[in-house]
Amino acid sequence: MSTSRTIRVEALTRVEGEGALNVRLSGDQIEVVELNIYEPPRFFEAFLRGRPLEDAPDITARICGICPVAYQMSSVHALERALGVEITPEIRQLRRLLYCGEWIESHALHMHLLHAPDFLGFASGIEMGQHFPEELKRGLKLKKIGNQLLEILGGRSVHPINVCVGGFYRPPKKDALLDLLPSLEWGIAAAADATRWVSQFDIPDFEADYDFVSLTHPDEYPFNEGDMLSSRTGSFPVAGYEQTIQEYQVPHSTALQAHKVATKSSCHFGPLARINLNREKLRPIARQLADEVQFPTLCQNPFRAIVARGIEVTHAFEEAVALVKAYRPVKSVRQNYELRAGEGAAATEAPRGTLFHRYHVDEAGKIVSATISAPTSQNQKQIEVDLKAFLPEYLSLDNSAIGHHCERLIRSYDPCISCATHFLRLTIERSDVS
Amino acid sequence: MSNKLRLGVFKFASCDGCQLSLLNAEDELLALAEKLEIAHFLEASSIIGAGPFDVSLVEGSISTEADLQRIKDVRRLSKTLITIGACATSGGIQALRNGASYEEFVRAVYPSPEFIYSLDTATPISQHVPVDFELRGCPVNTKQLVQILVDHLHGRRIRVPNHSVCRDCKLSGTVCVTVARGLPCLGPVTQAGCGAICPEFTRGCYGCYGPAHQSNPSSLMAWLSGHQHPVEQLVPLLQNFNAAAPAFSNAAKELQERARP
Repeated sequence: MSTSRTIRVEALTRVEGEGALNVRLSGDQIEVVELNIYEPPRFFEAFLRGRPLEDAPDITARICGICPVAYQMSSVHALERALGVEITPEIRQLRRLLYCGEWIESHALHMHLLHAPDFLGFASGIEMGQHFPEELKRGLKLKKIGNQLLEILGGRSVHPINVCVGGFYRPPKKDALLDLLPSLEWGIAAAADATRWVSQFDIPDFEADYDFVSLTHPDEYPFNEGDMLSSRTGSFPVAGYEQTIQEYQVPHSTALQAHKVATKSSCHFGPLARINLNREKLRPIARQLADEVQFPTLCQNPFRAIVARGIEVTHAFEEAVALVKAYRPVKSVRQNYELRAGEGAAATEAPRGTLFHRYHVDEAGKIVSATISAPTSQNQKQIEVDLKAFLPEYLSLDNSAIGHHCERLIRSYDPCISCATHFLRLTIERSDVS
Repeated sequence: MSNKLRLGVFKFASCDGCQLSLLNAEDELLALAEKLEIAHFLEASSIIGAGPFDVSLVEGSISTEADLQRIKDVRRLSKTLITIGACATSGGIQALRNGASYEEFVRAVYPSPEFIYSLDTATPISQHVPVDFELRGCPVNTKQLVQILVDHLHGRRIRVPNHSVCRDCKLSGTVCVTVARGLPCLGPVTQAGCGAICPEFTRGCYGCYGPAHQSNPSSLMAWLSGHQHPVEQLVPLLQNFNAAAPAFSNAAKELQERARP
């Protein structure tokens, strides 16, 4: 007769947003692994209906304070497709530069304050800083430069105010960008050093056979444009996203999850997927760095995502330096457009994975319907599948140690639970206030 | 036992951006950590400290039964409770559900609405427990956040300027977007704190710091609607991140009533 045991991590820490984990074991059989999200639903897709389409970038930004630019980018691209707006090369470059700021800020935060403490045995980045002061300071400085870039282009780093359908309200000031150039140049080398540092961490030995999915672009490491690419099934157009990947609701797992329509299988989104599918598109220093730290050609270890983030931060700094050097201010970076009824979809690469938006708009410029698939809901099924494969090795440990290892695996996906607007709640147990 | 003040950071329904504003104080973070013990801050630390807390920062609005209870626990355990951001101080963007058909909202987003446990309103913290100070903004300003923590550490009374964004534009020499470009702008009735960035980027203020002290949004709306700005444009301007702040929601109601045939 086997005994049954329940492991519950009541509050996941060092993730954005709040969630819990439930594991039920019967003897050494794993019966249930549930990533529970007790983040209250906020109903964005419902209250977007009937609003002027111009509101979408500002409102959807509020889904997530860590990656607001991703929401602004996916929404404006989708709406521009619905309206038939063509953006200029200048607007395109500035959007890439803005995205560089967010990747730097979000990845530097995750690497240094949220993820690195796991590998070094600290409860927080601040505690880690007592033993690794230079590394933490370097990380904070990298993060700050990302935020400064966001401020120059967007007015502020959290919920920037300069993005609109058709482009930007105002072009950034050239002087401000040139003033930041030395910091951006410092950032390339500093991010590479940070990557070398994290690549030496003792990374758990765990691999899985993933279906990696990300945007891909013929000439560039993917940000805003391109087709979707799956490592298993090849490319598919963003316009037909839901024919390949769909969200569904399951009572036991407390969330809308995503899977491949054809096989009902999970997918892996985020930096590992991007780098595995687009490595040769990295800028030269980042690409060389990936070789130098011996980043595997096909990396299937989710814990190694911290190294992938470091390579991507290096790439984002290189990209930012190139874009700032090439920047020639033009009078307007905003395309005019006529309102018309239509439908448009876009996917862009948020720091933590693909973010998909689709809108229907009417001839008066009102949103008729909105669909938003956040990277964390798309990754959630993959995280649960991983946990089932990862756990058996640790079953002899006590509950709190098992919980700790599970949390580490979850954290390696940089889940952003605030993002996952669909996530709901089944259990209403909390223990973080006693 | 250290003699540091114990800090708690708590999240309710929100986007995390206001907590992030604390982590965005890159230059001050380590110095603050010298003076404050981060006793409970799920986003930043795996140590989940029990109360009591000398000072608690609360982000987010109340939108579930469980959170209704949890905020009372947080209040009981906190000597000083400071709410940060539009969600905590006015209900936030999710307060757009207040007054709408909640069940229809749930059906619009979730295929199986029966699994959703949530209240039909999102409300500010001060509606449920006494709050010692409210820091406005969507998001809050990192400098203001650091300032109020430093003030609190030194035993000074916490305060931030409560004049309007409009005045900050005049002080910084920003050309008025309403006068020069004919754009609707909430600057005259919105509390300062953001640095008046929207007019600086040639767009109208959209009120993310909520109504300024003794402002009169209804009067501004009457003027704007009398100057070629359609009601369908003005109502959404009031109904965003501080839609449930009384001065904004009343002005929106008046506009809608006046527009009714």
